[in-house]
Amino acid sequence: MLSDQDRIFTNLYGQHDFRLAGARARGDWDGTAAIIARGREAIIDEMKASGLRGRGGAGFPTGMKWSFMPKVSDGRPAYLVVNADESEPGTCKDRDIMRHDPHKLIEGCLIASFAMGAHAAYIYIRGEYYNEAVNLQIAIDEAYEAGLIGANAAGSGWDFELYLHRGAGAYICGEETALLESLEGKKGMPRMKPPFPAAVGLYGCPTTVNNVETIAVAPAILRRGAGWFSALGRPKNAGTKIFCISGHVNKPCNVEEELGIPLRELIDTYCGGVRGGWDNLLAVIPGGSSVPLLPKSICDTVLMDFDSLRDVKSGLGTAAVIVMDKSTDVIRAIARLSQFYKHESCGQCTPCREGAGWMMRVMYRMVQGRAELDEIDTLEQVSRQIEGHTICALGDAAAWPVQGLIRHFRPLMEERIAEYKRVRGAPARTFPVNEPLAGESLALAAE
Amino acid sequence: MPKVTVDGITVEVPAGSTVLQAAELAGREIPRFCYHERLSIAGNCRMCLVEVEKAPKPVASCAFPVADNMVVFTDSPMTRQARRGVMEFLLINHPLDCPICDQGGECDLQDQAVGYGRDHSRYAENKRAVKDKNLGPLVKTVMTRCIQCTRCIRFATEIAGVPELGATARGENMEVGTYVEHALTSELSGNLIDICPVGALTSKPYAFVTRPWELTKTDSIDVMDAVGAAIRIDTRGGEVLRVLPRINEDVNEEWLADKSRFAIDGLKRRRLDSPWVRRDGQMRKATWPEAFAAIAARLRGLTGERIGAIAGDMVDAESTMALKDLMGLLGSINLDCRQDGARIDAARRDFYTFNTSIAGIEEADALLIVGSNPRREAPLLNARIRKRQVAGRFPVAAIGAAADLTYDATWIGDGPSALTGLLDGSQDFASVLRDAKRPMVIVGQGAIARPDGAAILAACWKLAAQTGMLAPEWHGFNVLHTAGGRVGALDLGFLPGPNGKNLDAMMGGGVDLLWLLAADEFDMSRIGDDTFVVYQGHHGDAGAARADVILPGAAYPEKHGTYVNTEGRVQRGSFATFPPGDAREDWKILRAASAVLGKPLPYDTLEALRARLEGANPVFARINQLPRFGCSDHSGPAGDPAALGEAAFVSCVPNYYQTDPISRASATMAKCAALYQPSLAAAAE
Repeated sequence: MLSDQDRIFTNLYGQHDFRLAGARARGDWDGTAAIIARGREAIIDEMKASGLRGRGGAGFPTGMKWSFMPKVSDGRPAYLVVNADESEPGTCKDRDIMRHDPHKLIEGCLIASFAMGAHAAYIYIRGEYYNEAVNLQIAIDEAYEAGLIGANAAGSGWDFELYLHRGAGAYICGEETALLESLEGKKGMPRMKPPFPAAVGLYGCPTTVNNVETIAVAPAILRRGAGWFSALGRPKNAGTKIFCISGHVNKPCNVEEELGIPLRELIDTYCGGVRGGWDNLLAVIPGGSSVPLLPKSICDTVLMDFDSLRDVKSGLGTAAVIVMDKSTDVIRAIARLSQFYKHESCGQCTPCREGAGWMMRVMYRMVQGRAELDEIDTLEQVSRQIEGHTICALGDAAAWPVQGLIRHFRPLMEERIAEYKRVRGAPARTFPVNEPLAGESLALAAE
Repeated sequence: MPKVTVDGITVEVPAGSTVLQAAELAGREIPRFCYHERLSIAGNCRMCLVEVEKAPKPVASCAFPVADNMVVFTDSPMTRQARRGVMEFLLINHPLDCPICDQGGECDLQDQAVGYGRDHSRYAENKRAVKDKNLGPLVKTVMTRCIQCTRCIRFATEIAGVPELGATARGENMEVGTYVEHALTSELSGNLIDICPVGALTSKPYAFVTRPWELTKTDSIDVMDAVGAAIRIDTRGGEVLRVLPRINEDVNEEWLADKSRFAIDGLKRRRLDSPWVRRDGQMRKATWPEAFAAIAARLRGLTGERIGAIAGDMVDAESTMALKDLMGLLGSINLDCRQDGARIDAARRDFYTFNTSIAGIEEADALLIVGSNPRREAPLLNARIRKRQVAGRFPVAAIGAAADLTYDATWIGDGPSALTGLLDGSQDFASVLRDAKRPMVIVGQGAIARPDGAAILAACWKLAAQTGMLAPEWHGFNVLHTAGGRVGALDLGFLPGPNGKNLDAMMGGGVDLLWLLAADEFDMSRIGDDTFVVYQGHHGDAGAARADVILPGAAYPEKHGTYVNTEGRVQRGSFATFPPGDAREDWKILRAASAVLGKPLPYDTLEALRARLEGANPVFARINQLPRFGCSDHSGPAGDPAALGEAAFVSCVPNYYQTDPISRASATMAKCAALYQPSLAAAAE
């Protein structure tokens, strides 16, 4: 269990003042100029040594990402863009950072921008986060007033401007290149990579896009040292991480913990356990809606970090743990996720545009069991045809939950199909127009 | 240059190439829908996925840059699997309406489904249906067939310069359209039909007409404007059903303007299909001998100076030559091909051609447009200007009536006074031209088809000389013509001989017999009441209405003809179908007439006539070639550059859709004119 002095986000629950005075009391903005005085290379080396991996989901080493920015400008400005478009279902960590500890983020923006030679940073915040945007804007204004950002930011000699931009609530705008498109005022559709944003990003200039949490932990790492951070967690999965536990637990919460904490310990210690006891657990989605779910048998022992979860064919994602007890219709739960991805697909590239809707429709039939057994295989194949064939990772995100369901709950799906046949006879292979699906009629009618 | 191995074939490709280009160099075809050589890369159809060694997943070859020693597999199990998957996705919501789809037989989706499609559908759900959009009288939409490749969006935005198309909604609800429904305001909209890989955008006038495999295809040259685009004429039976562009990088790339593409229904309406002769004040159908006899009767006793001839805008060089020779035999030097009265000095060829060449626009670095609206006068040339400006650093200034040219142009005045400002340096753009390394000027017919036209032409030349447009390696002086036959006629000297009468002088009884070779573009009421008018042409337009004898000729798809475009490029159009009824190829009519008139022309075959063309002007020996040349002789065309008038320039093409007998006879063009230029639309009947 993480000791209190190792916690980075000491106001995660909003018990204290989020404003500058409160933040200063918690140690923010302490010696920022001295950190910057260490120089670009030193900061990036420290970040590399800390082993920090991006907190947005993909887990790319942050120090390395910063080092991709051009060392010498070719005349184009460089930008830092902070991805605060936290839309992954189940995830609410950045939200608490921004509303309760915004100065950690702002200080991180300054240091990270300096480390990548950027004089301007944009925070792209999710449109629905109205109150968070208000708090963040207050904090930004305070920081400007106190001279912490702006010209000669925090007395470091580095000029730095920070802008807050509110999105309009599209999930896809959390994808880094779609975010850049949206920030430029265009339709939020992912760009082809390469070129990567570090070469051609915002307005065609070198850009790094980082998650809120990634940026917010950077000052603490630089202040307390890479050695401190990397000593936490497990090898290659260093540091602490905010976990967002939701669903069928007694006390859903956000909590900062070391990476590599056993899932069961996480739930039992902080969330008062699974509703009805651990044995009532059915499955857990460990990293936000887009990663494959894990059945109880794996949850018993799995550790919560990037590599451990990858080894069980899931992922840490945003560390949004969605707990489902045995009262859950897991097929329906995944069908709802398929509907989400179908709704949020940008429509740019073929596999995701066409495949997400296909999967959703088959999934809702699977909920009823109104399908043939071989359609489970078809569904699996369709998800494989999407995965890895799209411009961005939304296609993968749409495919993985379905793949996880089939991997771990195929017998349940087969049982459902058999039950349907027993009660209502074999379904027709072509289906009547707009027949409302039991229990899902509203959801589908809205499509 | 990076070395890339594609399916075991190693090729060297230029740095910055894409995997797809490398594969094509290696002779491997990559299926694609969204990728188009002339558009930006979207990478959204995912059909071009290939396996690249060491890459964990297939990459979109259209967008992926090559790296040295890259190993690509275009036919590996991973590649095939990826393409099959994409194809299945494309087809699940694509209607199975190929039997009633006009794209059938020339559909990329159909063709590639043969290679990568499944034998049956696994998709048991309802298919998507999308409401059709009304994009105007030319482009028909069946949006349910759309595969969201966004080629049309990119074409409209990038090439046509009218960013009117876009995608609304997202995911599987994404629809291509104009958001607020309206007709596309581009003169290049027909290209959307070619560029659409499926049957979502098809030709409205051509809907349900025929199947591509039933068509006879003839390569030819377009004469609806002076650009001389390469076209393919598709015929079935005796009908011209379709005109499509061919690729000619120097002229039209692979685009075609709407009038050239859609005015062809005019070839079937108001045609002259038999000779007519005026008897007792009434036009009556006649036979060829009767018509010739009527002309011979009127000619009897006339001296050459009382005979005149005017060549029309779309005539081929062969007919012009034959008419000039016939007039010569009759002793007449009263010839003119400038129906609009353009004050052209044909003393030197570079005084009246587009010397920079159309492809050469891409090398220029500053442009001045004088008295022209190239968007209406030559849409394809305008697209080339736009292409040049999109490439960057290409200031454009224009003098004339301000209009949207689809690119940034500064309108620095509306009349000759702006030209004076440029000449004396008081106008700022003068320094832009002077500082440019390869500046160019385009002089439109609107600037020279007026009383002070010669002065304006001379002033433009003077400006060109002043600002470095005339250099041994660079010729930046350009005259933009609008008539497909004009330059050919000028090259043949179809102009008044010494002390001969020009068009104005032939009016009001200046001649007793006036031979109009498909000339319809001047005010016929100016012809003297007693003048005997022979109209030789293909449409019952203005000229035929005034005629005393009508000789039915052939329109451009109905004859072998040589045309010279505004650049001076000599090109040959081909016979695609027969003219209707008794109509004949024009040079043959003239040859026959000459025999009846007792002054037989000395050629009986097309070859002999073409030899005569080459004799008259050696440029006619250079087919399809246009040597680039500079200008070392700075002496300009006749005219006093100081004698400029005051009147503002007026474009010679106020109504793009109805400029000639064919387009005026076209119902499609009438619809376009009514829609786009309602105040100018000629009454269809």
